[in-house]
Amino acid sequence: MIQFLVHEKADTVGVVTVDIRAGEVVKGLYMDSQNATEVKALMDIPLGHKIALKDLKPGDTVIKYGQDIGKVVADVRRGEHVHVHNLKTKRW
Amino acid sequence: MMKIPKFMAYRRENGRVGVRNHVVILPLDDLSNAACEAVGNNIKETLAIPHAYGRLQFGEDLELYFRTMIGTGANPNVAAVVVIGIEPEWTQKLVDGIAETGKPVTGFSIERYGDITTIAMASRTAKEYVQWATELQKTECSLDELYVSVKCGESDTTSGLASNPTVGNAVDKLVEMGATVSFGETSEITGGELICKSRAVTPEVAEAFMKTWTEYNDFIMREKTDDLSGSQPTKGNIRGGLTTIEEKALGNLQKIGRKSRYVGVLKPAEAPKGKGLWFMDTSSAAAEAVTLWAASGAVVHLFPTGQGNIIGNAIEPVIKLSANPLTCSTMSEHIDFDCSAILRGEMTLDEAGDRLLDAIVRTAKGRFTAAEALGHREFVLTKLYRSA
Repeated sequence: MIQFLVHEKADTVGVVTVDIRAGEVVKGLYMDSQNATEVKALMDIPLGHKIALKDLKPGDTVIKYGQDIGKVVADVRRGEHVHVHNLKTKRW
Repeated sequence: MMKIPKFMAYRRENGRVGVRNHVVILPLDDLSNAACEAVGNNIKETLAIPHAYGRLQFGEDLELYFRTMIGTGANPNVAAVVVIGIEPEWTQKLVDGIAETGKPVTGFSIERYGDITTIAMASRTAKEYVQWATELQKTECSLDELYVSVKCGESDTTSGLASNPTVGNAVDKLVEMGATVSFGETSEITGGELICKSRAVTPEVAEAFMKTWTEYNDFIMREKTDDLSGSQPTKGNIRGGLTTIEEKALGNLQKIGRKSRYVGVLKPAEAPKGKGLWFMDTSSAAAEAVTLWAASGAVVHLFPTGQGNIIGNAIEPVIKLSANPLTCSTMSEHIDFDCSAILRGEMTLDEAGDRLLDAIVRTAKGRFTAAEALGHREFVLTKLYRSA
């Protein structure tokens, strides 16, 4: 069963499509290529929220849809939850 | 070329196709709401549409007000209109604007009569209109004759993954068959504005879009007092997993499909000048935006939602779809089309787009949307600034 989806190859986050638990190795699918992938979740992440696909540092740009969706404001490790606590808009 | 679905609907005096047959009791102003609602109660199958404005507005705000009110009466989903206003001059201006469609419309003003006499006179006319409208026969129409608007609300990440791309798939098919479609939500394209610019049919249209977007963005930057967290994205968006306006915008733009290019930029509530896809300058607040599209003549609205926006509209049926399994199970009465199977890999976007087109045809044939059955008749005017 697919547990997360990634819009494009360049994306640094995926979207979990079911609630996932810390410690689970979750199965994902790239929507552009249909390639499969796996990540070990380091936190509980609720349905619809983002999971980091790589380690990110403050100042890094987060990529989703192959595009810039904002800047990292706290260290993120692969498998962690990415949301308002570690990602901010660059616009307002 | 795909086969274009046909169905029975209302072809109005000006040739435009409507899918509902409302007799509307339209107040010119806030003061006339009570009389309109009284007429609406007196005469069955009429629809009073109360609202909060219409007094002492001026300049561009007044132009938008009249464009919205005239457009609402002129919408092909409306068979006939009774207008009630406090004084005769602006009442007549509204009547004259609606009368250009050729449909029956009469105005009444309250000053020098009072509510009770006005209600009696307006009720007699409304009764005649209802008896006339209920005898109108539907004629064969086709999907390419419809004007469809699209806007999402209470979006989450499932919107960008599935329900918005489903609308996009349907929009590509509608535009290809020759229908008219409009999208907008100017402020909510922030973060995807260059992608949106690149989808214009000509450099001139692209520049017109950028000018409209820049003006709206400048206004937000001027008025904002914080980082807009909670306003854009909304608290509901954030609860659903969306973090930034950029992320929300990129999901939003999935609604315009992959192939279609927009042919022009419309002012709020301005009617498209021809077929194809049009950008309209609107706010991103659901009830305000759909009211503007209905006023521009749109007869069916496609509304993808993630967390469960429950909006309807007074005269334009709103078809709601969601890919969020939690929303589809906990708020099922609001959802016309559950497309969560896309997230499970059990339905393709192409299949989902076809099912959405089928939902449009069923709605056009007369099937009530969830929002209609639940009595959602939101009608919210966009006000640009304070009155004089």
